[in-house]
Amino acid sequence: MIKLSGLSKKYNDNFVVKDASALFPKGVLTSIIGPNGAGKSTLLSMASRLTNSDAGEVVIADKPLNQWDNAALAKRLAVLRQSNNINMRFTVRELVAFGRFPHSQGRLSARDNEIIDKAMEHLDIQHIADRYLDQLSGGQRQMAFIAMVVAQDTDYIFLDEPLNNLDIKHSVEIMGAIQHLAHDHGKAVVVVIHDINFAASYSDRIIAMKRGQVIKSGDTVEVIDEAVLSDIYEIPFTIREVEGQRICMYYR
Amino acid sequence: MRNSTKLILLCVATLAIIALFLGKGLDAHNYRFFLSRRIPKVLAILLAATAISWSSLVFQTVTNNRILTPSILGFDSLYVMIQVLLVVLAGGLSPLVIQPMLNFSVTTAIMAGLSLSLFAWYFYGKQRDLFSLLLIGIICSSLFSSVTGFFTMVIDPSEFMAIQASMFASFNNVNGALVYWTIAPMLLCLALLLKLAPKLDVLWLGPDNATSLGINVRKLTLQIMALVTVLISVATALVGPVLFFGLIVVSLTRQLFSSYQHRLLLPASSALAAFLLLTGQWIVENLMAFETTISVIINFVGGSYFLLLLARNKVN
Repeated sequence: MIKLSGLSKKYNDNFVVKDASALFPKGVLTSIIGPNGAGKSTLLSMASRLTNSDAGEVVIADKPLNQWDNAALAKRLAVLRQSNNINMRFTVRELVAFGRFPHSQGRLSARDNEIIDKAMEHLDIQHIADRYLDQLSGGQRQMAFIAMVVAQDTDYIFLDEPLNNLDIKHSVEIMGAIQHLAHDHGKAVVVVIHDINFAASYSDRIIAMKRGQVIKSGDTVEVIDEAVLSDIYEIPFTIREVEGQRICMYYR
Repeated sequence: MRNSTKLILLCVATLAIIALFLGKGLDAHNYRFFLSRRIPKVLAILLAATAISWSSLVFQTVTNNRILTPSILGFDSLYVMIQVLLVVLAGGLSPLVIQPMLNFSVTTAIMAGLSLSLFAWYFYGKQRDLFSLLLIGIICSSLFSSVTGFFTMVIDPSEFMAIQASMFASFNNVNGALVYWTIAPMLLCLALLLKLAPKLDVLWLGPDNATSLGINVRKLTLQIMALVTVLISVATALVGPVLFFGLIVVSLTRQLFSSYQHRLLLPASSALAAFLLLTGQWIVENLMAFETTISVIINFVGGSYFLLLLARNKVN
């Protein structure tokens, strides 16, 4: 379980995140939604120790974040940011193998190789294992990065806009794989996501943010609600159930 | 061709050129004299080659760019400036200036302090982009050169002449007195860098991913910068500043060896650097009869290459 309480971050007196609290339990896929500039990515960065917070506390597995040793924490918590520009040519397999670094410090054991293979299988990218990243499409590259996070085999996984610029097929595959990690492997998975219908269809819990504050958090059905979403996004929402699934209509 | 084969070929070629350098015109009567002159020189070039190539390679990794090297950011000129300031402040006959080892240690210590704070300012303030960094580097570098130039003019001429030879080393005037003294600190730095090599590999993925994989990026960067400073001091003390050599060597190494592993890239870069420097120096001595210096050639070729890189905007 990860617990955020009263987290704040400000740049030049402007609060990007203000007094945000949240819980990320294991076995649950949590989505963070909200308009641009709501502080979603900043919240995720603070929860995953990529950014320092100005106030508040992050508690990971009953231990405050600042008491964790970074190397030890890397065996428990993995985070992937949205843009990953890499200066070096890697094959997919080499990239995924980096996920084992916290466990093996660069010397891969037979068990590490097994886990790497499983991670690639999990995202169905074994057939491109020996291709270079710069030869791949954006979707395939993103799958490779997520496979790296999977290979890291941590209890907590944070993904910042994993669906950014991806087509529908890759998006569906990635969300399926992520959901599988939460439900079948008991991991706490947290994603920042823009597509509200992907959030509604796959997540168990949703945290809705606006102007740096958590407006609403709870089970998906509580947050995917016409009044709540219309307030957050400041446009009218209509919600319909299609085959037991809530779908948001906001186009005109 | 496999990477290991390439590395072996490169080492053989380097050994051949070393043999050529040491062995020219030796016979049973003159070998003592010639070898006592040539061994320190070859050793100095080998040490400098390794220091320059390793420091440039790891510097590029921690700063996540492929175009800046410590020399381009003014580390070499900083070394020379500290030398001149020592003469000005302590006097030309002070042990700080005359004793090679003391001079080297003091200069390196001052340089470590200055470059680490400079570096902290470069990178910790806020995220700076590569071009502003390049600009700051060039400004610092010319500031250091101007300070050096200024004091060189102001200083008492006879005092300056007396210490000039030992202060400003070059490939035609290798600082032989220091060679054996620098071996131990060099080996220590190289061993530490090899130990940090797997962590450096992870840095290719960028600071955020490296943090996620358990690397303390800030600490690693500081460790690397401290080691880079010592290596640059060694190289500058032995053969003087060589602005663009690091850039050429690291670039060529990356093109020859398509690997991301520092444990391969580091030795490969020093073999390549040694080969290039020794070959160049041999050509200068034997074909051009000392009429030019290899630094001039390096800066000409390297400068053109640097411009090409900027023009193609392959900075990232």
